[in-house]
Amino acid sequence: MAYSFDWSSIPGALPFLWQGMLVSLKITATAAAVGIVWGTCLAILRMSPVRALVWLAAGYVNLFRSVPLVMVLLWFFLIFPQPLARLLGLQPGTDMRMPSAMVGFALFESAYYAEIIRAGIDSVARGQMAAASALGMGYGQAMRLVILPQAFRNMVPLLLTQGIILFQDTSLVYVSALADFFGAAYKVGDRDGRLVELLLFAGAVYFVICFCASQLVRRYQKRTFIT
Amino acid sequence: MDYHWNWGVFLQPSAMGNGTYLGWMFAGLQLTVMLSLSGWLMALFLGSAVGVLRTLPNRWLGAFAAAYVEVFRNVPLLVQLFAWYFVLPELLPRSIGEAYKQSDPVVQQFVAAAVCLGLFTSARVAEQVRAGILALPRGQRHAGLALGLTLPQTYRYVLLPMAFRIIVPPLTSEFLNIFKNSSVCSTIGLLELAAQGRQLVDYTAQPYESFIAVTMAYMVINVVVMLGMRWVDARVRLPADPVRR
Repeated sequence: MAYSFDWSSIPGALPFLWQGMLVSLKITATAAAVGIVWGTCLAILRMSPVRALVWLAAGYVNLFRSVPLVMVLLWFFLIFPQPLARLLGLQPGTDMRMPSAMVGFALFESAYYAEIIRAGIDSVARGQMAAASALGMGYGQAMRLVILPQAFRNMVPLLLTQGIILFQDTSLVYVSALADFFGAAYKVGDRDGRLVELLLFAGAVYFVICFCASQLVRRYQKRTFIT
Repeated sequence: MDYHWNWGVFLQPSAMGNGTYLGWMFAGLQLTVMLSLSGWLMALFLGSAVGVLRTLPNRWLGAFAAAYVEVFRNVPLLVQLFAWYFVLPELLPRSIGEAYKQSDPVVQQFVAAAVCLGLFTSARVAEQVRAGILALPRGQRHAGLALGLTLPQTYRYVLLPMAFRIIVPPLTSEFLNIFKNSSVCSTIGLLELAAQGRQLVDYTAQPYESFIAVTMAYMVINVVVMLGMRWVDARVRLPADPVRR
């Protein structure tokens, strides 16, 4: 092979790469947390007796599932930064890359989490709701105390897997010039002319993190699987 | 909102003199469709091969296929794309690498993007094909072998025809995903639909119209693919589907 590898720029750049990894992890955590909460609301709205709410929730989920993530990020980065800043109460002129990325990811992932949670709620036996009503619980109480706990226990592997996918997708904040781990690696590689080494390093790091995480999920699944 | 809507901007001649702005959008749409279809063909072919490999009794082939799937599923799509576009030309033998790097840049971008999408999606297709084969009753394989068919013949005449028919719904969602993932290829400079959207925002100063039009284009692609696959599903669906009873 004619290319001579030179890995010397990586050790010096590790602090900068770590800052980028923190950005990736922050976006992943925020989007996952908001995504699960808002996704649960969407899933419950889809099952409500009010037709308009069902239509709204289904429309939201279908919209965000049919549009690429890149487009959602660009919407919030290029088109909506000022209205978003006003909505979030930020000073005009703040760097909107991180807030727009977090909002975009959270809204996008909620649609995917909503589908997972809807499937999870459906997987709980119908008799549970009937039994809860027979015991005198209202709809809200039954959901909170009986259905949702069981649904979430079934869904944890899928929610975690979606979280791993979300972590991989945070690399797409590259389109809004935000330096997450991949963006940082690209910048270092570009600066030092060692793009090949940095890209391979970034790929290896992502692989190790995601592979270990998915193995942990698999082990959790084996331990908690109830036939 | 003191924004001046002007949907007619799409029919205005473009500032670069190469047709209207609507023409730009159609050029992007064309590139997106060509890119996604090329990637999908690659993904179907490779993914089916790897999926079958994972179900064979040979442990080494199974391990190779499992490693293949793990590598392509655990590295983000953007990192893979940059690897194909920036890293691969450097690692080729010098003469081929130089010739490749001097060829038309759009061809380089398209090839890198199509190969990246094809291989990324092939790992997911492999998982679906494997799931489809495993969902078939175990007796099918044994019956094929008992009738004197070799293992390849059993796959070709008994297992795969059924497996492909029952995995049409998950393959539909992978097909939709490849169109959405093609938007990532705008980062290497390929002027597909998402990149044309950004160009339109820059040149027409009408960001809302541009982005709404591009978003609707993606939704139209979505609907067309779903309707097409629904037609395929209706034609090939099994009456006694072991998965979707």
